[in-house]
Amino acid sequence: MADKRMTADEVAAEVRDGMTIGIGGWGSRRKPMALVRALLRTPVKDLTVVSYGGPDVGLLCAAGKVRRVVFGFVTLDSIPFDPWFGRARETGAIEVTEYDEGMFAAALSAAAQRLPFLPLRAGLGSDVMRVNPELRTVRSPYADGEELVAVPAQDLDVALVHLNRADARGNAQYLGPDPYFDDLFCLAAKKRFVSVEKVVDTAELAGPVQSLLLNRGSVDGVVEAPRGAHFTTAVPDYDRDERFQKHYVACAKDLDAWPGFVDRFLSGDERQYLSEVDRFEAAA
Amino acid sequence: MSATRAEIAVVAVAELFRGDGEIVASPMGYIPSLGAKLARLTFEPDLLLSDGEAYLIDADGNVEGWQPFRKMLETIVPHGRRHVVMGANQIDKFGNQNISAIGDHTRPAKQLLGVRGAPGNTANHRTSYWVPRHSTRVFVESVDIVSGVGYDNAAKAGLKYHDVHRVVTNLGVFDFATPDRSMRAVSLHPGVTTEEITAATSFEIDLSSAATSREPTEEELRLIREVLDPKGLRDKEVPS
Repeated sequence: MADKRMTADEVAAEVRDGMTIGIGGWGSRRKPMALVRALLRTPVKDLTVVSYGGPDVGLLCAAGKVRRVVFGFVTLDSIPFDPWFGRARETGAIEVTEYDEGMFAAALSAAAQRLPFLPLRAGLGSDVMRVNPELRTVRSPYADGEELVAVPAQDLDVALVHLNRADARGNAQYLGPDPYFDDLFCLAAKKRFVSVEKVVDTAELAGPVQSLLLNRGSVDGVVEAPRGAHFTTAVPDYDRDERFQKHYVACAKDLDAWPGFVDRFLSGDERQYLSEVDRFEAAA
Repeated sequence: MSATRAEIAVVAVAELFRGDGEIVASPMGYIPSLGAKLARLTFEPDLLLSDGEAYLIDADGNVEGWQPFRKMLETIVPHGRRHVVMGANQIDKFGNQNISAIGDHTRPAKQLLGVRGAPGNTANHRTSYWVPRHSTRVFVESVDIVSGVGYDNAAKAGLKYHDVHRVVTNLGVFDFATPDRSMRAVSLHPGVTTEEITAATSFEIDLSSAATSREPTEEELRLIREVLDPKGLRDKEVPS
């Protein structure tokens, strides 16, 4: 039986220049932030990032690793805008594929089902069609003849997601109220990596069977990363660290303050990150 | 016990849901959420309301359903039994709305949220808007990026379920029930003049049949002040 446990740095080493990576979670909720931080420690660049965007997108933009973002929104939830994503857009540093939220899900679903596209009503009449000139429509072959958007499949080279529990073989579980789209990200990707708060024995995967979101057939690597979604939510294990998120935003808005944030939180390994977070917490 | 401007706005938002029955109400923003709750406590008891996360919560605070984001996008929105009240950075005279970015899309002057669910909402079900500060910056001749689809674009795209219902602002209530589907005033809030609306709107707006927005009833005022918003947070969104 395969033991798929690996480190965040080993996951990051699987990501190559120019790859398309899908990042699970939603906004500032259950983002695989420890895996994102591991990516920040590598020289990888020119990534296409596919995300219901939050601070994952912001941090990767800050580190200059992004060529294109495929998104429906980028938000920190309790704070509407991510300053680094805004700066990357406003300076023209990145390209984007901007979709309606439902189109984004349809693009992942199409990839998961190995379909070239899925028909959707969302997008018609909006500037999503104008700013993505490659989009095509498809007409119903039935009596209604309705014209719909043919949302193209969004295949991924790598998926990164963070859940609450997993066993060493890759059966993984969410314990909060919302699975988000993490299973779709894994089904759309060639290589699938899940970080979790805790790796447990299979028999200890507690909770309703419906919470077993990923089976081991859709996971290639398991990373034990306690507080691995910090500073986003990973309920019920912990809520969003609002104070830290505010600190991130304040530093991200101020180009003089940003190098200090990078030095303190992002220049060492994950253990150093968490100990600095503890120190930040204690200073409150 | 005269009502504040914020309380008039809460009632105007509640009125958006009149007649909606047993559908999902999705209010974005504080005053819209007060309005939806007020409607449910008074004349629309069957409205379904989420906690803003994954649960549907009934008027007594019980969880009565599960509505994670994926279910929202894959079935609830396309199924169409939903009425959303979104915010808007820009709205034009045909009800096109922008929450994506200001300026040229390839390199915006200001990046906002992105289009979010606005294209899908406006293509699939009834949509209203809430604007806490009615100004010429919001009500523009044409929006920079069409996120929510207006009547002119919906007609061109043949959107059969398009239904932009109303726009509520701190100054009044507006709809698109004119021959060319351009915006007109339904009512101005008490104390608001037609000159104020004209000065705060970049395009010409039909003010010919504007009534006065109704005052809250005694019971509505009690619910707003004692039950729904005892801390008065509504005044932060719309100062008196």
